[in-house]
Amino acid sequence: MNWHSPSEFFAMGGYALYVWGSFGVCAVALALEPFLVSRRRRAIVGSLRRHALADKMEQEVQ
Amino acid sequence: MSNSVVNWFKLASPASFYPTAGRMQPWFWLLAAVFGVAGLWVSFFVAPTDATQGEGYRIIFVHVPASWMSMFIYMVMAGWAGIGLALNTRLSGMMAQALAPTGALMAFLSLWTGAFWGKPMWGTWWVWDARLTSELILFFLYLGFIALQAAIDDPRRADKAGAILALVGVVNVPIIYFSVKWWNTLHQGSSVSLTKSPSMAMTMLWGMLLMALCFWMYSIAMTLKRVRAIILEREGHTEWVRHLEEVAA
Repeated sequence: MNWHSPSEFFAMGGYALYVWGSFGVCAVALALEPFLVSRRRRAIVGSLRRHALADKMEQEVQ
Repeated sequence: MSNSVVNWFKLASPASFYPTAGRMQPWFWLLAAVFGVAGLWVSFFVAPTDATQGEGYRIIFVHVPASWMSMFIYMVMAGWAGIGLALNTRLSGMMAQALAPTGALMAFLSLWTGAFWGKPMWGTWWVWDARLTSELILFFLYLGFIALQAAIDDPRRADKAGAILALVGVVNVPIIYFSVKWWNTLHQGSSVSLTKSPSMAMTMLWGMLLMALCFWMYSIAMTLKRVRAIILEREGHTEWVRHLEEVAA
C-alpha cells in the first residue's frame, strides 16, 4: 500500500493539482458525453413521437 | 453460406443495426465500468511510486489510454468513411459521424492531461514539439470533420465530403506515432512497444492496460449510443422507425 492516510492520498506527494486536474477532467468529460447524447436521443424520440401522434389525430378526424 | 456466419450485409442496414446496437450497448458500459474500477485501483493503490517522478507519473494512467484512443478512433473513423465512399452504404457515414466527437474528446483529454503532466515535469504546459503539435493537429482534424459535416445540409453529401477529409487526415496518425523517433522531441519515447520489453514496472503496465481497456469499451459504448440517435435523426421518415416501440404513438 502506497498511502498511510487519506490526506496523504489526496496530497499525491505534492502533485495534487496535476494528478487530480488530469483525472478530474477525464471523469467529468466521460460523464458529460453520455449525458449530452442521452439528451440528443430524448429530443429526437420526442419529436418523432409528436409527429406520430399528429398523424394519428389527423386520421381520427377524417 | 452456413447459418452460423453473421450476415454482415444485413447488419449494414440501419434498420437491423439499430436494435443490435441497443442490445450490445449495456454490455460495453458494464465492461467499461469493470475495467475502470480495476484500472483505477491498480493506478492508485497497487502501482508503486515512481523513482524519478514521484506520484506525478500517475497521470500516465489516463494520458496514455486517451492518446491511444484518439489515434485508434481516427483510424476506425477513416475506415468507415472509406467503406462509405467505396460501397455507398448509409450506415458507414453514420458510424463515422458517431465516432468523431468521442475521438475529439480523447484528443482533447490527451492534450489536457499532457499539459498537466508537462507543467510539473518539464516546467511548461505546452511546447511546439513534434509529438504535441501533431496531436493538436489530430484534434483540429476531428473538429474540422465535425464542422464540415454540420455545414452541409444534405446528409449524404456531408458523408462524402467528411469521408475525403477523414481519409486525407489519416496521414497524420503515423506522424504522431513515430514523431518521437523521427524528431528529437521533448516528449519521451514510447513506454510500451511491440518489439522490446516494456521499460516500466509490471504493475504500472497493468494499470495502463486496464485503463486503456476501460477507455476502449467506453468509446464503443458511446459510439453505439450516438449512432442510435443519428439513425433516428436521419431515418425518421422511414416506415421501420415509425413502427419502433419507443416512437409509435
